[in-house]
Amino acid sequence: MGPAPRPCPFRNFSMSADSPFVYLCPPARLVTIRFDGAELLLPDGENLAASLLAAGIDSFRHTRKSGAPRAPFCMMGACFDCLVEIDGVSRQACMQTVVEGMDISRPVGATHD
Amino acid sequence: MAAAVTADQAGMSVALLDEQARPGGQIYRDVTRTGTDSADRMRILGADYAHGSTLTGALIASRVHHITGVVVWSIEEGFRLVYTANGAAAHIGAKRVLIATGALERAMPVPGWTLPGVMTAGAAQILLKGSGILPRRAVLAGSGPLIYLVAAQMVRAGVPPLALVETQTRGDMMQAMRHLPAALKGWRGLAKGLGLLAELRRAGVRRFAGATGLAVEGTDKAEALCFQAGARDHRIACDTVLLHHGVVPNAQAARALGVSHRWTQAQQAFTPVLDKWGGTDLPGLFIAGDGAGIGGAMVAEIAGRLAALKLAEEAGHLTDVARDSQAKPLFRARSRELAIRPFLDAAYPPFSDALAPTDSTIICRCEEITAGEIRQTATLGCLGPNQAKSFTRAGMGPCQGRYCGLSVTAILSEATGQSPDVTGYYRIRPPLKPVTLADLATMAETEATDPEGE
Repeated sequence: MGPAPRPCPFRNFSMSADSPFVYLCPPARLVTIRFDGAELLLPDGENLAASLLAAGIDSFRHTRKSGAPRAPFCMMGACFDCLVEIDGVSRQACMQTVVEGMDISRPVGATHD
Repeated sequence: MAAAVTADQAGMSVALLDEQARPGGQIYRDVTRTGTDSADRMRILGADYAHGSTLTGALIASRVHHITGVVVWSIEEGFRLVYTANGAAAHIGAKRVLIATGALERAMPVPGWTLPGVMTAGAAQILLKGSGILPRRAVLAGSGPLIYLVAAQMVRAGVPPLALVETQTRGDMMQAMRHLPAALKGWRGLAKGLGLLAELRRAGVRRFAGATGLAVEGTDKAEALCFQAGARDHRIACDTVLLHHGVVPNAQAARALGVSHRWTQAQQAFTPVLDKWGGTDLPGLFIAGDGAGIGGAMVAEIAGRLAALKLAEEAGHLTDVARDSQAKPLFRARSRELAIRPFLDAAYPPFSDALAPTDSTIICRCEEITAGEIRQTATLGCLGPNQAKSFTRAGMGPCQGRYCGLSVTAILSEATGQSPDVTGYYRIRPPLKPVTLADLATMAETEATDPEGE
């Protein structure tokens, strides 16, 4: 359904075939992180929320009240829908950068206390 | 950035607390970023974005103490700003403070807007500016010039949106026409808008106008946008829905300090009460940029310089004669830049369905409170958002009402028949953003560093 992309040889490069997002050009250096127990290759030093979206991650957390899935909404640190737990600490993914070895889990239940 | 550099040039000692890791704010976000996609990004984002590098360049060349990656969570009168940076809390003293917190996108509560895959149009721009990422199959929905800009940028990137579902009507444009003569003073802005529309037409992007009944369909993520337009039902299958119907001042910090705000009908939002320099009713506290009322990036830059001139004069670095002579061309430029606003506000009003959402629509994303639950509090006698908050928890989540505040005011105001000014807004208290106890614990250790800023 998507229209034919133009130049840049890697135009359609994506970290994951089923990601709804594409990179203009492939990111340079990839590092390994863990997301919900699985290993993921993400671009070193890039925005964490953006990199997870591009890797095809479509649910970042579940709400406390109804358990509904949520993903980044504002990308500017205001909405808190991209809250994840990084090495056990609750952080906004859109305000973090990718660091090798990060261990990220999806908060289920309490999101802020 | 403009204010910090102007104040620095006037001889003040300036610290800039920046939430981002790199200078540029949201409009010029990551304009200094270099990478293999830089040339592409600059071409796609255009000259208005590239202008940001003159501001970041001046900032980097200045003596301004630019502290990045900072979350300011409390501003005490007098002033003491408490913040977290790199997982450690710290504070800084200042005789004068300029708040430049910009805008937030106006929340657009429609059924399904909390589903993954639904984002603000601004979020799509941030993905492009900061990460060189674009959504493959996106629909843009709502109203306003930003929709055309984002759509044109997606076209330039080779990933056009599937459609623009616009909520403004022909009647809105008729209403706006009476502001057109005045708007011609800002003809450059109008010309840019027409240019974007021509770009979209050439690319063959589908556009629907006067759309109503917008709803995002999907179970675990967005799968389609449904709406009515031209007396027909439409359903566009997509992965991403980008919502936008204007921006509103991000007033959290100003409100926490008790700055008076007033309802501005034309902008359908509260704006702080300010003098022509951006001064608030608190001595030494100024606001510049979209946080002072929506005017756009150029107005923000000018207002920042004006506030800095007044601050420098108050601090004894400029005579009032020098201040006024430097300010004169800036005041003129500001009124020229603002000339287009009444036209834009009338032509692209907020989507009315999202100002008065159906009962089952969630308005508080954090606590998952529906419009119906807020209406119910009104029947129980709630007159203002603070009462509704204690009844329902709306506005009590981590975003602290940033995305539900105006909806709650509007819904209560409609239900009680009181004006938005009488209905009021949430009382905002620190912390402005959640702080972990571990971050707080580091505060004692960093007590020492307190450059007595001006």
